[in-house]
Amino acid sequence: MSGTALASAPAASTMDAAPPRRRRRWSAEKAVVMTVLWLYAAICVVPLLTMVLNSFRTHLEIASDPWPVPSDPTVENYVSAWTEASFGRYALNSILITVASVAISTAVSLPAAYAIARWRFMGRGAIEGLFMSGLLIPFMLAILPMFYLMDRLRLIDSPLSLILIYSANGIPFTIFVLVAFFRQLPAELEEAAFLDGGGHFTVFLRVMMPLVRPAIATVVVFRFVPIWNDFLMPLVMLRSRDNYTLGVGLTTFFGEYQNDWASLFAGLVIATLPLLVLFVFATRQIIQGLTAGIGK
Amino acid sequence: MARTARKASGVQRAPATAVLLFILPAFALFAVVLLYPMVSALGYSLFEWRGGTNLVGFNWFHNFVVLFTEQPFVEQMPRAFLHNLAIFAGTLVLQNSIGLFLAVQLHRLGRIRRVFQVLYTTPYLVSPLVVGYLWTLLLSPTFGPVNAGLQAAGLDSLALSWLGDPTTALPVLILVSVWQWIGFPVLLYGAALGGIPPELNDAASVDGATGWRRFRRITLPLLTPVIGTVSILTFIGAMETFTLPYAFGGATGSPAGATDVLSLLFFRVSFESGASNALGVSSALATLLFLFILGGALLGRRLLRAQEERLS
Repeated sequence: MSGTALASAPAASTMDAAPPRRRRRWSAEKAVVMTVLWLYAAICVVPLLTMVLNSFRTHLEIASDPWPVPSDPTVENYVSAWTEASFGRYALNSILITVASVAISTAVSLPAAYAIARWRFMGRGAIEGLFMSGLLIPFMLAILPMFYLMDRLRLIDSPLSLILIYSANGIPFTIFVLVAFFRQLPAELEEAAFLDGGGHFTVFLRVMMPLVRPAIATVVVFRFVPIWNDFLMPLVMLRSRDNYTLGVGLTTFFGEYQNDWASLFAGLVIATLPLLVLFVFATRQIIQGLTAGIGK
Repeated sequence: MARTARKASGVQRAPATAVLLFILPAFALFAVVLLYPMVSALGYSLFEWRGGTNLVGFNWFHNFVVLFTEQPFVEQMPRAFLHNLAIFAGTLVLQNSIGLFLAVQLHRLGRIRRVFQVLYTTPYLVSPLVVGYLWTLLLSPTFGPVNAGLQAAGLDSLALSWLGDPTTALPVLILVSVWQWIGFPVLLYGAALGGIPPELNDAASVDGATGWRRFRRITLPLLTPVIGTVSILTFIGAMETFTLPYAFGGATGSPAGATDVLSLLFFRVSFESGASNALGVSSALATLLFLFILGGALLGRRLLRAQEERLS
């Protein structure tokens, strides 16, 4: 912040100076700012790059020179992490749990959000308020009761317990976003569809749902990331190795492979890759979603 | 716009069966798996339990008294609480200085701004667990690239065991947490800056306001709502943080409890202590944390509103 003061004050105070001199000053200031911006970009990216590059080296190479120089890359670490340390299994579990949870919470939230946004019925405000309360209460408060609920349902150590918890946990946010989108749609669309003889269900499915597709994409991306990254819930609910997600798998892996850094880096990359792929395909959704409702 | 919105909302009068069919699946799942556990947790804290969920009886606020009078809570709870507060304060200061500086500078750039936004946001996408383990490796005193780099630069005195030393572990945790989350305030402040009409700054320049004064008098006040929102979210995040401390120091917050936080304490009491009344005591702890977060967030909103009124 003090940097802003130092950087822009001289530029403004030379307003009345000769144009060439002003431009030179300005470009010097710009060069400094650009250097700082690139430097910070390096701070963000270099650690992640080190992770990726080291995952293609051997433990000996890392031990002798921790700064990765890409020479003679090997995929051996991935093979050993994937098969010996059963990362393949963990990844499969993570994908199954995340995809099923996002699918279920979106599927049940869509009709509910539509009804709340477009229909008039008794207790609509109360139901909307109840759903929204789920956004405010911290998750930690519910962990123990959830654990005992799953215990009674005999779902401890089952992926189903996590799928139920994540889908329920996603409902408030999903409904919150979708209601806002459904409310924006003009009423004439619905009326026209009713005049054409469509029932409530047909109108919802054929006319209204396709119109909120961008909102559905946002919701899916935004639920995917926290579920994929969650660690506490699987740590509490899962017991046997076959059911581990990537997060819990990673903790045991770090205990067992302490002396094989190359494989550790490969494991970290495997746990991150699906999110980076998602980011590449959905950068726009993520950046717009993070800044929704602010500024222009 | 407002008229169509009002007309649109609730224009259809749907039969009760349709309402039920549309709402019930979401409501049932939400009520059974989320709402019921949340409400019951508040009640759990007022009872004594034996070995899991065997109810012994109502014991008023005794579980809360235990937290403030008995070991290990008397020692561990205040320490963990102070660590949570330190994480909040450190993150708040760094985000609102570095984050705001980066956002302001990016705002003055052209299209290349996008590239920086994406680069600054990448660490946010990596799971806190991976971030924790990655930095454990990078900062390791044996093969860690950071210390190797410091030594190569002749800064041997700085090549410390960053996460092994109780005095540096918590500051490092704060820095790594800021490293991960900075993209969020940069994006939010950037969007807010984009919403400030350029005429305001132009008018101030004509009136002879210099860069720093323009920033203090025009930009900063207009950013207050966003800074407030980011601060409240930072507060909630810092009070609930679990995964990054777990990756750094395990469930005990090692070294020597230097990275212990309230959620780790909660985890130990709930799932590792084996205490007979674990359910009662840990529910009391979760309830306290919930009340503190709720109170803090409400207070933050009130302060924010007062500030906005003062400025407008």
